[in-house]
Formats: sequence, C-alpha cells, structure tokens
Amino acid sequence: MQTFIDFISFKDPNVLYVVLGMFFINGSSAMIGTFAFLRKRALIGDAIAHALLPGICLGFMFSGDKNILYLFLGAFATGWISTYLVDYIVNQSKIKQDAAIGIVLSVFFALGIVLLTYIQNAGYSNHGGLNLFLFGQAAAIGKSELWIFAVIFITILLLIILFYKGFTTVAFNADFAKAIGLPVKTIEFLLTSLTVLSIASGIQALGVVLMSALIVTPAAAARFWTNKLPKMLGIAVLFSVFSGFIGAFVSYSESGTPTGPWVVMILSLITLLSFIFSTKRGILARYLQARNNKLKIRHENILKAIYQYHERIGRQVRLDQKLSATDILGIRIFDTSELQKGLRRLIRNDYIRKTEDRYQLTEIGAKESKRIVRLHRLWEQYLLKRTTIDTYHVHSGAEAIEHILSPEIEAELKRELGIEGIPEEDF
Amino acid sequence: MNEFWIILTASIVAINAALLGCFLLLRKMSMVGDAISHAVLPGIVVAYYLSGDKTSILLLIGATLTGVLTSYLITFLSKKARIQGDASIGITYTLLFAVGMIMISTWLKGNVDIDMECVLYGDVALINLDKIIIDGNLYIGPRAFYVEIIAFAIIIVSLLWGYKGFKILSFNEDYAQSLGIRTGRWHYFLMTLVSLTTVVAFEVVGAILVVGFLIVPPATAQLLTNRLPFMLIVAALVGIVSAIGGYYLAVWLNVSITAAMIVVSGLIFSLAFIYVRFRERLGNKSVTEHLPI
Amino acid sequence: MNNCAIEVHNLTTTYGGAPVLWDIDFELPAGQIIGIIGPNGSGKTTLLKTIMGLLEPSSGYVKIFDQDLEKMRERIAYVPQRESVDWDFPATVEDVVMMGRYRKANLFRRSNRTDLAVVAESIEKVGLTPFKKRQIAQLSGGQQQRVFIARALAQKADVYLMDEPFVGVDAATENAILSLLEEMKAQGKTVLIIHHDLQTVSDYFDYLVLLNTRLIAKGTPQEVLTKENLSNAYGGQLTLLAKVANLIKENEFPIREKDMDL
Ligand SMILES: Nc1ncnc2c1ncn2[C@@H]1O[C@H](COP(=O)(O)OP(=O)(O)OP(=O)(O)O)[C@@H](O)[C@H]1O
Ligand SMILES: [Mg+2]
Repeated sequence: MQTFIDFISFKDPNVLYVVLGMFFINGSSAMIGTFAFLRKRALIGDAIAHALLPGICLGFMFSGDKNILYLFLGAFATGWISTYLVDYIVNQSKIKQDAAIGIVLSVFFALGIVLLTYIQNAGYSNHGGLNLFLFGQAAAIGKSELWIFAVIFITILLLIILFYKGFTTVAFNADFAKAIGLPVKTIEFLLTSLTVLSIASGIQALGVVLMSALIVTPAAAARFWTNKLPKMLGIAVLFSVFSGFIGAFVSYSESGTPTGPWVVMILSLITLLSFIFSTKRGILARYLQARNNKLKIRHENILKAIYQYHERIGRQVRLDQKLSATDILGIRIFDTSELQKGLRRLIRNDYIRKTEDRYQLTEIGAKESKRIVRLHRLWEQYLLKRTTIDTYHVHSGAEAIEHILSPEIEAELKRELGIEGIPEEDF
Repeated sequence: MNEFWIILTASIVAINAALLGCFLLLRKMSMVGDAISHAVLPGIVVAYYLSGDKTSILLLIGATLTGVLTSYLITFLSKKARIQGDASIGITYTLLFAVGMIMISTWLKGNVDIDMECVLYGDVALINLDKIIIDGNLYIGPRAFYVEIIAFAIIIVSLLWGYKGFKILSFNEDYAQSLGIRTGRWHYFLMTLVSLTTVVAFEVVGAILVVGFLIVPPATAQLLTNRLPFMLIVAALVGIVSAIGGYYLAVWLNVSITAAMIVVSGLIFSLAFIYVRFRERLGNKSVTEHLPI
Repeated sequence: MNNCAIEVHNLTTTYGGAPVLWDIDFELPAGQIIGIIGPNGSGKTTLLKTIMGLLEPSSGYVKIFDQDLEKMRERIAYVPQRESVDWDFPATVEDVVMMGRYRKANLFRRSNRTDLAVVAESIEKVGLTPFKKRQIAQLSGGQQQRVFIARALAQKADVYLMDEPFVGVDAATENAILSLLEEMKAQGKTVLIIHHDLQTVSDYFDYLVLLNTRLIAKGTPQEVLTKENLSNAYGGQLTLLAKVANLIKENEFPIREKDMDL
C-alpha cells in the first residue's frame, strides 16, 4: 500500500514523467490503432515499429548525438518508407500482404541492427542508450520527450476530431469513400503519417516488438464491447491508458522489471477478460444466453404439453383441467427432475396453479400456451407455403423456432399467410 | 577455420528456415512464422530456468511446444473469439514476448547466456566458444553446427516424406480435406517444424532475425520460379548466398554478422524484384506487339 | 428413391449461430446431371462443402450411395470455386491435376505409371494437353476452370460436385464442358453442379434443387421452374426467414431441441 501511495504521490519526478508519458503514448496509439484495426492493417504497425530502428540510427549518425529531433525525423522517414514499400510490393508483384510485411519488417530491422553495431564499433561517442530502442525503457522518458509525446497526442486527437467523417469512411469502406468523392489518397496519407508518428513516439518506451501491441490490442479488446466507432475509440483509449498506468506501477514496485512488458501483459489480460465478460460478445454472456434459452424452451414446452393434453380430450378452448405430472409426461417426455424444476418456476411466475399435486393453467398461462401453439402452427404454414419440406419434418422444424418468434415476426407471418385479423381462437 | 564454421552453420540455419518458409509463404502464414519466432522466448526461458543449461533437450522440447501453442492460440483467437486474423497474430506474439521479457528480467537477471540482445540477433560469431573436441585435441566443429545439422536432417526427411501433403495443404486445403487428408495434422506438423527451426536457430541468429530467413529467401524464390521444387531450391540458394555475402559484409563494416546476412538477402530480393518487373515490362511489350490492331 | 446417389437428411449448417442451410432434405438420383440453383448467398457453396464434410452440420446427415462419406471418399470428387485458391502457386497444370491422384494412403509414395496415365488422359479430356507444362497463373480463367475439372476427373470417382464450373467461361468452353458432362453421364456418373444462369438450366440439367437457405423446390426442371417457386427463391419473399435466422444468431438460440423427436 505504501508503495502505491509513494507511486501516485509522484515523489520521484521520474515516476510522473513515466506515467504521463505512458498516458500520451498509449492514448495516441490506441486511437490510431482503432483505425488500423478497422482497416484490417493491424500488422502494418509491426512493420513500421521495426522499420524505425534504421531511421533512428541514421538520425544519430547525421546529428552525431542523441538529438531527439533528428532521431525522430529519421524514424519518421524510414517508418513512412516501410509502409509505402509494403503497398508497393503487394501491388507490383505476386507477393501477398503478410509476406510483404514480413520482408519489410525483417530487412529494415536487420539494417537497423547493422547500423547500430556499426555505430557501436565505429567510435561514435555518446551512443549509449541507442539500443534502448530495441526493447524500450519507459524510465528513460524525460521532460523533453514528454513535450513531444504531448504534442503528438494532441495533434492526433485534433485531427481525428477534425477529419472524423473522412477517417471513418475510409476505414470502413475505401471504395465507397472514393465513390462519394472523398480525397481518399490524402486521408490515407494522413492516417499513415499519424500511425508512424504514434509508433515513433512509443518506440523508446516500449521497444520495437512490444510497440505493435499498443496498436493492435486495445482496439481488439474494445471491439468486444461495442459496434460503434466513437465508443470503440473511447474504450480502446481507456483500456490502453489504464494498462499504461498499472504497468508503470507494477514495474515501480517490482523494481528491476521493465515497464513495457507489464503494460502489454495487462492489456492482454484486459482483452482476455473482455473476451470472457463482455456483455455483447463475451463467452460468458453467450453461455448465459444459451442457458436462458434452454430454460425458456423447457418452460414453453411444458405449457405446450399441457395445452396438447387439453386438445387430446377436446377441451382446448377452456384449458381448465387439473393435471398430474404423469399426465404431462404422457404427452411429452421430459427429464423428471427438469420437469419438476420447470413446474416450480412456472408456478412462481403465475403461469400455473398447484393444488394437491395437480397442476392447472392460470389465465396468463392459458394465454401463453395458446400463443406458443399458435406460433408453431404459423411457422409450419409459412414453411409449407414458401418452401418444400417433407410433412414429417415440418413439425420438428417448427418445434424449436416457435420459442424465438417475436410478436413483430408473428404479425409479419400472419400478413404473409393472409390470415390477419382472424380471431386467434380459430386456428 | 573459424570463418568456415560460422559460414557453414549460418548457411544451414538459412536453408532450414528458407525451406519451411516456402510453405509458410504459400499458405499465407508468413506472419505466423514471425509470431512463432518471437513467442518461443518464454519457452526458452522457462526451460532454461528449469534445467539451468542452454544445451538441454528439455529446452528444445519446451520451446518448440511454445511455438506450436502460439499457432494454436492464434487459431483460437480468430475462430473462437472472432478477432480478425492479423490482429490475433499481433496480440498473441506480443503477449508471449512480454512474458518472456519479464521472466528474463526477474529470473535470469544478469545472466550472460541469455540476454536480451542475444534474443534479438544472436551471435553467430560466438558459436566457436562451444566446441566439440574429441580425443582430447581433435576439433570437429562447434556444437551449434551439429545441432543445426540434426535439425536439417529432420527437416529434409520430413519434407521429402511429406512433400505431397505439404504441397496440397498449401495449394488447396479444402480440396485436400475432400480427399480425406487430415489437413489439421499436416498444419500442426508444419508448425512444429517451424518452431523447431526457430528454437535451434535461436542461439545462432537470434529469435527475431530468423524471421528474415523464414520470409525473404522464399519470397525471392517465389518471384523467380514457377514450380515448387525449383522454388525450394532457389530459396535455399538465396539463403546460402545471403549467409556468405552477409558474413563478408559484416567483417568489412565490423557489424553484426546475422543482421548483415538478412540485409544481403534483402538486397537479393530487391534485385530479383527489379529483374522481374523489368522482364514483365519487356514481356508486356512483346504481347502488345502481337496484338492485331 | 432407389438408385439414390446422395441423400441429404434434415441438414442444417450454421456460421456463428446463424443457419445458412436450414432443414434441407433431398435425395438425388444417380446417373444424372443435377443443378443446384439459388440466389447469391443462398447457401449453395455451403451445401457442397457440407456434403464433402468440409463443414460440420449442426444437425442432420449426408449419405453417399447409402453409406457414410468417410467410406465413400474414393467415389466422390469435388471441384471448388475457382477463386478459392491462389493461382500464383508455383505449379504446372500437370502438377495440379496430379493432386487428383493423392489419397490419404498414397501421400508417401511416388506417383506411379497409372497415375501419370490417368493425369494425361484427364488433361486430354478437357483439351489442355498443349498447356500441360504451363504454370497455372499463365492460364485464362476458363482454362483454370478446366484444370480443376481435370483434377476431379483424375480422381476417377462416381459422383462429382462442381461449384460454378461455368463462371467466367466462354461459349466454346461451356459447350466443351457440357459434352464432357454428357459423356460422364453416359458412363453412369452423377454430376452435381452449382449454376447461376436460369436461361440455360432446363437445357443442361435432368434434375434441379432450388435453394434459398431452405429448400424451395426439387424435381425435374419443369416441376421446379414454376413462377411461384422462382419468386419464392429470388423475389425477396423470404425476408422473414432471414429475420428469424438473424434472431437465432443474436440470441445464441439452438436450432433444434434435443428432446424434440417424440
Ligand atoms: N466463412 C463464413 N463465415 C460466415 N458466414 C459465411 C461464411 N461463408 C459464407 N457465409 C455466409 O453464408 C451464406 C451462404 O454462403 P454461400 O457461399 O454458401 O452462398 P452461395 O449460395 O454459394 O453464394 P454465391 O452464389 O454468391 O456463390 C452467405 O450469406 C454468406 O455470407
Ligand atoms: Mg458459392
């Protein structure tokens, strides 16, 4: 606890730099990554990150020291060239995109290592720290870098707000954007430049390998929670910034462990949790939904069996018989304990009354049972009218579907079958 | 003599990777190869931590399994979690790489055998430190060379034996399945071989630069050839030439040997690319000339 | 039906929960040329893939000559859609047609004389002998289509399932393929073809299956090509079906109840 208080009180100004730095870096890359993700270019980020290394080295060789501006310019140049080359190789040869990314990534990276080892061995002074770009070191974030990161963050944010329409249209459907006369080339140019910028800002803290996680993972995690782009952007930024903060803290308390890997671990953990718990597409929600469906089907089948019992003895209009569990089982086979559970639930919900081991439909229960049987028959009629189906299958095919038809669909079914307005009791 | 062993060992690494890389490329799974080569890191670290030995067979198996697990995880994310394919690749390997880095920084602090730089670009110049000497003084080459030779034998035998299987898997998986061929098994067989190659190449060229050998020579060969056997041969040749050329480039500039090898393979790729573009341009012209206008 | 080549029973196939094929039932007569028709996205390709065991149905089954597919692999050949592969693959016409001779059991031996003879014969049948050494990328679309047909012929099967063999094919090639089909029929083979051109269906096929997620109609061309059937399949009459399919997907609903058959 004390560590945490120490951490957030920023006694050490370096901690503040790291936290703020991670905020800007993660925020920028999450925003840009969302667009890259939607453009199905998630791995381009990987190529760019690797391709920054030779640029950084060239920048260093030009300036002769670690002037951040030169390094940045160099990185920006090679980063840009790499994305251009990937597209060029794909367009001009039979090599496909993933291989093109792999080629550019590994050759540029190797070139970076060659330059790096050249610098190390050729007597440049003051080259220490260049190899930090390989694996990254968040602790190396200083005041001057912080300014740059902040400017990049704000630039990206402003441009996204300004060109929101253009960016989204291009991200979702570039052909359509072209058709409605958007300057697709310019927008793509802008998006690529921003991607390179955001990756370049994070490379020092995260390193070439992990940087691509900041591009891909927040968007993928956010995708579990929403289908809407503005929300997705927000959630991606939130997840990423949160991971940056926690990652910085873990690395602070486990001193000696680097920040970057922790940030990536936590981001991945969030993705995993989203995959499990997301209310929209998570497996837990899917599982619960499936369970609910099963219960619903069971309850409705019990009601239907009771209806059919009445039908068999010709009293389907009144629906007033008192049945034993055995009577129900005579109509339809249920697992006994499941039947008991289902009946108990139906009683609790007022669909059924129980008097001395006998079950009787209540008024709403009677109505519900009629509705189910009606839907079943409507669906059968629909299939018979519109499709070819063997008569012995039409029943079983409708069996499951009756449980899902909503009132709107019921109305449409009636319209299609031309039986609108016929009193419900009559079929 | 030193020089000879370095070039020989690196050439075999290049051949191993180039041969398997051809099938990855044709299966549009080059980036899965990239992911595997990053993701074997935690496997290597765990196995090293447990056995305390960089040469153990346990390390080999553990790390190879991590690689196979990676390809499984990627499939899982895209099929079950319905995340698009390339994003699944990105998520998987960055996570595993991060895990590996944390393990190194906590468990293997200050260890000289596995440090981060070795992970990236290995050190083929150092392979001679671990020599095999028999009869007290007869030097028969570095250990890494023998490890690579064994891997090479495994790969050659597998490819010769399973050539048809890998070929049909790469061209038309659905069709292969319609013939009753178990494509799933062939896929994981290929992934196991790729992991194995990456793991044994780890100490020679480093986990990341092996990607270069997995992708660049096969892509060059694809540009230049029209039949699979030739593609395999050309890829291997490009690998060998890169290894030799890279070595001398590195000596000349006094830079990292393996990185220089990949740079040379990149140069060869560029030349092939330009050559093919040039040839196409000429070819197109002759076609237009024949058109009856 | 006696002499039934393919029996599809109560077949349902889903993608991520949504039924794409739904309760399909039919039996196809052996020794005939059978057409599968239906609008885009109606599940025709999915049907072939399910029959070939490439997709797992969520209910129902398929029988080939009254046997399970696994026992009948040798006797059934599949011609995938042409766009389903990358034609830049480094192989010649011969290489690809040779794949028709691959089997689970013979993957590990070299191709023998019979294989070579069958491959040469199949290439000859589709009229590609002059091109047999060409790389497949250097063929026209129609020629590529014929490579796929030759590969299936090389399987020497009894039942052939072809996914849109007439797409991107000129009139001459279409006729060549048709006479090949007639020849196959004369030898007692069964051919199942996905087709798009409603103008030609009654000329080409002896039996038709009309699909749109569900089975709309089956039978002779006369029986199937009625105005009502066609408007059901093509006329947007099935929006309700699509809506229900979507509801099923969104709610993770089971398409069949386990305890249904009583
Ligand atoms: N891999 C897939 N994942 C999800 N949905 C799919 C997949 N493949 C096909 N579908 C959907 O299943 C439906 C049927 O597809 P299918 O390819 O079987 O149609 P088709 O009748 O062959 O169409 P076409 O005439 O265009 O070839 C379509 O709505 C399609 O969107
Ligand atoms: Mg289709």
